[in-house]
Amino acid sequence: MAKKIATIPFTGTAEQEQELRATIDALREDPGCLMPIMQKAQEIYGYLPIEVQTLIAEELNIPLEKVFGVATFYAQFTMSPKGKYRISVCLGTACYVKGSGIVMEKLEEALGIESGEITQDGKFSLDDCRCVGACGLAPVVTINDDVYGRLTGSLKEVQDILAKYAD
Amino acid sequence: MSDMVNVKINGFAVQVPKGSTVLEAARAASVTIPTLCYLKDINEIGACRMCMVEAAEMRGPNLGPARMVAACVYPVTEGMEVQTNSPKVLDSRRKTMELLLSNHDMKCLSCVRSKNCELQRLANDLGITNAETYKGERTEYAIDDSAPHMFRDNNKCILCRRCVAACAKTQGIGVIGANERGFITNIGSQFNKPLAETACVSCGQCITVCPTGALSEKDFTDDVFKAIADPTKHVVVQTAPSVRAGLGECFGLPIGTNVEGKMVAALRRLGFDVVTDTNYAADLTILEEGTELIERVTNNGVLPMITSCSPGWVKFLEHYFPDLIPNLSTCKSPQQMQGAVIKTYYAEKMGWDPKDIVSVSVMPCTAKKFEIGRPDQAASGYPDVDIALTTRELGRMIDRAGIDFNSLPDEKFDDPLGIYTGGGLIFGATGGVMEAALRFAVEKITGEKLANDKVDFKEVRGIEGIKEAAYTAGGLTVKVAVASGLANARKLMEKVRAGEADYQFIEIMACPGGCVNGGGQPIQPASVRNFTDLRAERAKALYSVDAKMELRKSQDNPAIQALYKEYLGEPGGHKAHELLHTSYVARKVHF
Amino acid sequence: MKTLQELTAIKEEMRREMALRLGKEADGAKYRKHVLMCGGTGCTSSGSMKIADELENQLKAKGIDNEIFVVRTGCFGLCERGPIMIVYPEGSFYTHVKMEMIDRIVDEHLIGGKPVKEFLYDETVTEGSDDIKSLNETTFYAKQHRVALRNCGLINPENINEYIGRSGYEALHKVLTSMTPEEVIQEILDSGLRGRGGGGFPTGMKWKLARNIVPDADIKYVCCNADEGDPGAFMDRSVLEGDPHVVLEAMTIAGFAIGASQGYIYVRAEYPIAVQRLRIAIKQAREAGMLGNDIFGTGFSFDIDLRLGAGAFVCGEETALMTSIEGNRGEPRPRPPFPAEKGLYQKPTILNNVETYANVPQIILKGAKWYASMGTETAKGTKVFALGGKIKNTGLVEIPMGTTLREIIEEIGGGIPNGKKFKAAQAGGPSGGCIPAEHYDVSVDYDSLAKIGCMIGSGGLIVLDEDNCMVDIAKFFLQFTMDESCGKCTPCRIGTKRLYEILDKITSGNGELSDLDKLEELCQYIKANSLCGLGQTAPNPVLSTLRFFRDEYIAHIVDKKCPAGVCKSLLQYVIDKDKCVGCGMCAKQCPASAIERTDYIAPNHKLASFEINQTKCVKCGACMAQCRPKAIGKQ
Repeated sequence: MAKKIATIPFTGTAEQEQELRATIDALREDPGCLMPIMQKAQEIYGYLPIEVQTLIAEELNIPLEKVFGVATFYAQFTMSPKGKYRISVCLGTACYVKGSGIVMEKLEEALGIESGEITQDGKFSLDDCRCVGACGLAPVVTINDDVYGRLTGSLKEVQDILAKYAD
Repeated sequence: MSDMVNVKINGFAVQVPKGSTVLEAARAASVTIPTLCYLKDINEIGACRMCMVEAAEMRGPNLGPARMVAACVYPVTEGMEVQTNSPKVLDSRRKTMELLLSNHDMKCLSCVRSKNCELQRLANDLGITNAETYKGERTEYAIDDSAPHMFRDNNKCILCRRCVAACAKTQGIGVIGANERGFITNIGSQFNKPLAETACVSCGQCITVCPTGALSEKDFTDDVFKAIADPTKHVVVQTAPSVRAGLGECFGLPIGTNVEGKMVAALRRLGFDVVTDTNYAADLTILEEGTELIERVTNNGVLPMITSCSPGWVKFLEHYFPDLIPNLSTCKSPQQMQGAVIKTYYAEKMGWDPKDIVSVSVMPCTAKKFEIGRPDQAASGYPDVDIALTTRELGRMIDRAGIDFNSLPDEKFDDPLGIYTGGGLIFGATGGVMEAALRFAVEKITGEKLANDKVDFKEVRGIEGIKEAAYTAGGLTVKVAVASGLANARKLMEKVRAGEADYQFIEIMACPGGCVNGGGQPIQPASVRNFTDLRAERAKALYSVDAKMELRKSQDNPAIQALYKEYLGEPGGHKAHELLHTSYVARKVHF
Repeated sequence: MKTLQELTAIKEEMRREMALRLGKEADGAKYRKHVLMCGGTGCTSSGSMKIADELENQLKAKGIDNEIFVVRTGCFGLCERGPIMIVYPEGSFYTHVKMEMIDRIVDEHLIGGKPVKEFLYDETVTEGSDDIKSLNETTFYAKQHRVALRNCGLINPENINEYIGRSGYEALHKVLTSMTPEEVIQEILDSGLRGRGGGGFPTGMKWKLARNIVPDADIKYVCCNADEGDPGAFMDRSVLEGDPHVVLEAMTIAGFAIGASQGYIYVRAEYPIAVQRLRIAIKQAREAGMLGNDIFGTGFSFDIDLRLGAGAFVCGEETALMTSIEGNRGEPRPRPPFPAEKGLYQKPTILNNVETYANVPQIILKGAKWYASMGTETAKGTKVFALGGKIKNTGLVEIPMGTTLREIIEEIGGGIPNGKKFKAAQAGGPSGGCIPAEHYDVSVDYDSLAKIGCMIGSGGLIVLDEDNCMVDIAKFFLQFTMDESCGKCTPCRIGTKRLYEILDKITSGNGELSDLDKLEELCQYIKANSLCGLGQTAPNPVLSTLRFFRDEYIAHIVDKKCPAGVCKSLLQYVIDKDKCVGCGMCAKQCPASAIERTDYIAPNHKLASFEINQTKCVKCGACMAQCRPKAIGKQ
């Protein structure tokens, strides 16, 4: 699926920009600095909108298309903001054979969105992810830093989990 | 000899230099291996897999097992045995083709590249009888028609990335590249923006390397046919120096054939009212630009002065080096000067209202389509040029009109806008403007006539990306530099920007090798490009004529002398400035 | 640190403290007991670090924090039972540890001296006896032979001194002070160590090429592939989390051997704990003088930087990894030139994966002969496997090459749960294949697996039982490789897509027999013609399942049935009209309104039964989950 590009207005702050510029200044001498800078930029802004990618391209004196080409190549980079709670469903082999595909379906049903999307209120975003290595807990879902393992794949179960994030 | 390697191609022994690829070795054995993505020097990425062959290499004293290797990038080794046409190889090629076709729109009948499409030709050569073997989901894209000069149709793209290499490597621009990954990988611009919203300079180099119809110039041939058919219009055409060096390729003539006479005959038969030569305005450019240079040198003007003939180059500078705009010569390009003269001086001479003139140009260039729409390019109050065609479009018009080009007689341009000197003619090759300017400047500085055997300035000729020279005349030393291809231009401009360059005059052409290799010239398949230097061959067609000409210095053009005498006054004078000079705008890189 | 004496002093001191963990009493040790809490990803996910905090709080509150030492370690391996806690010197093995157990473990065991039997791993406790087996006596551990994992779960990975206490950095000292680069390379060659990342290329050969092929190279690089991407494999992560210094030491040794002074570790960003521990380890190693200028005063300098991957499986391919470190889209380059000649930034480069490096210091210290004495004729040493899927002991195991699959699954892995039957083991992830029951006794090594069209790959071993559909498994892997294809070369970009489409057609019940030939031909083509290893191995899961489970494909195509009951389109949910009590719960739940009441009333029932309109059914299974009398079944 092609990367989604958010159309919401950019709301970056001067502090964020300052932090990004400081990062670029610290790394720019390294010929392979583009990805570390993009990773840090995503940490700062939560995503990589065109304004942020343009700043990186200008500072590094490289074509913006190159930055965009890298951003669309790697799964980790996103050009639409993620929810307050980022849900990731592991679709690694161990989780898949234990039914993580069903867990994903139930989450999609409970949230009314598809994988890769964000709920209208911006609270939850849902993504699949590659094996997180917690195969002992398969199937596994992570919500921000919380890990939920050994799920059964019932709708009630995922609803109960989501209810914990009421605020 | 240790620097030669012995290999067998389909059982036939051949000796090739160490470091040769399998593709080159096969060629030495008179075998062509089909390729798609491979472009020598700039795109050696082994991506399309069309050139896969079976190769067995020595393992100790014995021949190892045969493996499939990409001939375009795989180096030969001593004792290697290659099969280029085994059932396995043929099957591999067919499958590669069938897979490519399964994600291609296959609208050959309505494709501008039909008959000149590498994919179509290869599919045919491979004997593909069922193009739907692997029919499945296709990636579908909207056609990008935003740019003034070209279309991008990703439905025909096979992801060979030759355009990406041309844009990023040859031209150092990189406004297109590969986005996304896997099956949905596509060539596009940042955030999938249309080309018009990028810092594309319209050079068209991407089009000339595209193997399919994914990239093509905007075609204005119908507008020209319509204008010709309109009895109220005077349709005046001009052809750039390089068109005569390329047009013959559209009709199967050898690369580097000068077809000036047949071209003029064809234009008349197409119905143009007046057939003029941009070489005339090239001579005019030398007088204006040479005068501007001498003016800048003697009056402490901004130096180095840089040529402004190449609209792709001008746009490049406006985007990427806007701070150097004062260095750019204010002279219009020859196309625009010719157009200006047609609609003013010539119109007056003929008693025509300029509004009734349709000024058509035929150019080796796609950026000319952009240039005609620039502001400050309307000497008569009407656009200097109304329609800019490429060499390819002219070829298409001649075909469409059923004119048998090769059997045409040689004819001459109409006077006086068809009179030119060798100086004007060589504008088509990199270094040509510089050489013509030197022929003018040396004479001007010394005040002595330069004999015809003294007008060759060979240091600035040739396909080298960046050339430098210094000439002393009349006690004055002039340092010059010549660059072609925008990646080279960028290098030179960075030196200028940093104050590390002490040149007085710089010639830059956007396309590598100059206009003869422009983005509007006939498209040669990679199988030709990889083994023939188009730049050098086409340039020869110009230099060989220049060498034999009686008039080789622009200032000796009698028609130009008459123009100044009858109409413009002095070179660089008030009227010349009004009609023949222009202005520039700083542009953004990011939108 | 500049001398061996300094290193030895730290080692001796640490040995005294750490002796407890090897089950030995030691004179002058500061603590009475060491409690090891697993801090690997699996256990951390289940809250093990919060439990460790709680434990420390209680020890403090009860005034024994100066007697009991709490160590947060890397992965123990038996992730299935996490969070895991071990108490040394006795080696008591607590599994599924919960917050509320800590109170009793502290009071009864750590203070009272009696392990809490009901919290211990069941195999270590014998009914009616007070004898408690230690961790090392369980079948899961007893059969293992830990080389790469020797420190995992035994040391605190965030303390360089604990690593030194386990002879850490001694191999580096030995190499720098008493060996020539050629001798180091010869030792690695003689050990028979082969790449543990999938390719199985002899490690020493790689080093030798990089040392010699460009004689006048000014710069060379040592890279570590920690972009573990095979779904279901996590051995590299465990080594990084549990023993990061071993990788740093091995890379420095490699740097000395090939003549490089800079290393890069390319690690998955999705491994936050591993990244954090590597950062700490690099910092500590620099402070201790084990990285940086003039290591051990020998004049040799070497440093290592981290690069984070950003989610692209193809970056596990060596040239793609290097392209990515250079800051580009991680697209592979054609080889030759090989990285040993032109790698990172066009300089001679070696790339080995984490597990490969983890073996190096031990080979240097104990010798090539010792290492080569393990394993088989062509596959020396040990290999770490990640057991997953339908197996009791999900987790990490390290065993000598050549152990049979049956031993791994039945003995170490504890067999298949729920009384189900072993159907196949999927080895090597998306590049590998399936080993069916008929090859249950195959020797697990490079060549034996290759003979049956399979590969060790990075060591993921997913066990499948009768409930898994092999066509679905093949489709799963193709979906993966299709999504992860970089899109550069035609066979992989379009070919894997078409393979997937054919498999999808078959699992949807629209397959034709001719599709099998088409699949096979396309597979062979993609294998032979793809640019990199990803494409060249992508068809393996299809070829392997076609070879061993062709009948399942045919069942999908001819009978339009999925024998394992996995493929949705070939499933039917059916109501047993005689079991149906007519409550109507199923009809209420059905999102497609596909369930209607019939006029049939079963004997002894009051209400008419329901039936499912198969043309409307979307096969969500909601009805079956709701049916209390269990009258709804899959067919």
